[in-house]
Amino acid sequence: MSDTPVLRVRDVRKRFGDHVALDGVSLDVHEGEVVTVIGPSGSGKSTLARCVHQLESIDGGAMYLDGELLGYEFHRGHLRPLPDRRVAAQRGRMGMVFQQFNLFAHWSVLRNVIEAQVLVHGRRPEDARREALRLLERVGLADKADAHPRMLSGGQQQRVAIARALATNPRIMLFDEPTSALDPELVDEVLSVVLDLARGGMTMIIVTHEMSFAREVADRCVFMEKGQIVETGTPEEIFDNPASPRLRAFLSRYSGRPAEIPGERLLKEEITP
Amino acid sequence: MSVAPPMAPQVVDVASARPRIRPLRWAAGAVLLVLVAQFAWFLVSNPRFEWPVAGRYLFDPNVLRGLGMTLLLTVIVMLLGSVLGVLLAAGRLSGFRPVAWACGVYVTVFRSIPPLVQLIFWFNLGYLLPRIPLGIPFGPTFVSWPTNSVISSLTAAVIGLTLHETAYMAEIVRAGILAVDGGQRDAARAMGFTARQSFMKVVLPQAMRVIVPPAGSEFISLLKGTSLVSVIAMADLLYSVQVIYNRTYEIVPLLIVACAWYLVVVISLSMGQRRLERHFGKGQR
Repeated sequence: MSDTPVLRVRDVRKRFGDHVALDGVSLDVHEGEVVTVIGPSGSGKSTLARCVHQLESIDGGAMYLDGELLGYEFHRGHLRPLPDRRVAAQRGRMGMVFQQFNLFAHWSVLRNVIEAQVLVHGRRPEDARREALRLLERVGLADKADAHPRMLSGGQQQRVAIARALATNPRIMLFDEPTSALDPELVDEVLSVVLDLARGGMTMIIVTHEMSFAREVADRCVFMEKGQIVETGTPEEIFDNPASPRLRAFLSRYSGRPAEIPGERLLKEEITP
Repeated sequence: MSVAPPMAPQVVDVASARPRIRPLRWAAGAVLLVLVAQFAWFLVSNPRFEWPVAGRYLFDPNVLRGLGMTLLLTVIVMLLGSVLGVLLAAGRLSGFRPVAWACGVYVTVFRSIPPLVQLIFWFNLGYLLPRIPLGIPFGPTFVSWPTNSVISSLTAAVIGLTLHETAYMAEIVRAGILAVDGGQRDAARAMGFTARQSFMKVVLPQAMRVIVPPAGSEFISLLKGTSLVSVIAMADLLYSVQVIYNRTYEIVPLLIVACAWYLVVVISLSMGQRRLERHFGKGQR
């Protein structure tokens, strides 16, 4: 294990029009590390995941995968964007799991898991097929290989999406709120697959609203608000001993107190600094 | 609520219900029947239809040759129009402004010009441009051909109809592409597909579901639109029957021959369209 982080994010800035989505975010993720990202909606968590995967361009800062600059190259002493083909190849070295699953609707489950291996990584179709079946077995869906995505439950679709992302042996897996679009009773089947990956030593960034899961699976936990990383630390530090008032306020909203009247809660939020 | 509804006095089973009588439906049916009977009687009783003449010319070699030309022209323009339409649609959705703008201008211009005007224009291109040159723009010319030997009625027809068809297909394809969920493109890019792989393997196949029905109508109107080429003396189906009735004055029966063939081809196209719809509907709700 080298000391180069798998992923290095340095002072990344991103804005959508007037809205500052990421305001100087820096984060290192090392081999085998699981980082969970928590924070209120609109805090920039999902934008961070999408920027790392180069689905959104960044306005400033830099990101490195295994020490290689993402999305840009030096040419005669100047930085310039990489051509589409090279960016695609960089994306192919990461795995992404979306909130809305985004399985390819016109392909069977099996083909969803096979296709990138063949198209992007040039594997032989037989090998890709064998690998796909192995991964579907791993997420417990080998019997659904010939089904179409729409015939599956949300939880099953998300497990297929995880298998699809794993199929190309990514250096790092990014999860963008993988359970937020699921019915409550389907959340656990997805989280247990993710937990299994974490135990297997996969390097991961997990953006999530599931607080107990964020704590259980993480080696390190990051709290974001207003496009910034406010606090980062071990799960114990973040959940048991939050240093910043903003994190304390955020966690108290998620703790299992009896439900408040929404109006009252809104008032309180306005008072919180 | 806490109180259960009172039990019905007898056991009700809607399976035993009898259909309602709907008088308006019966009235509409009767009117329809009378109209159909009247029309059928008109077809049969009016001797000026000259059905035997129509039957004689249905498989006339000249008519069949005209039909062949109509089909050839339709297929050529359909293929060219579809391929160019996809390119133009991709261009209109391009992130590079000048290309998107140019494609938009093309669509606006060529949807505005009646195809008949275009056909006559291309047929008379020789007046505007006596020779067609090949060379470096604004530089020397390597070879050139006299326009009137290049632009036959077939090339004029292909050019005119293709330019028209491309503009319409571009809009149909663009609508199809926009109907594909953005998450599909995200996922394709996230898997490491290049922009082209993402378009060809993920976006376009899913867009086909939305593209096929209007494209089918478009091909059908193209097939009928080819009858316009008779004005530039191209021997299509309509022109062939015109040649015959100009000699024999059997106008109505020969128009019936043409209509019968158009009907046959359109019905086959519709059946093909339905199969395509079923094919691309896979995996969708």
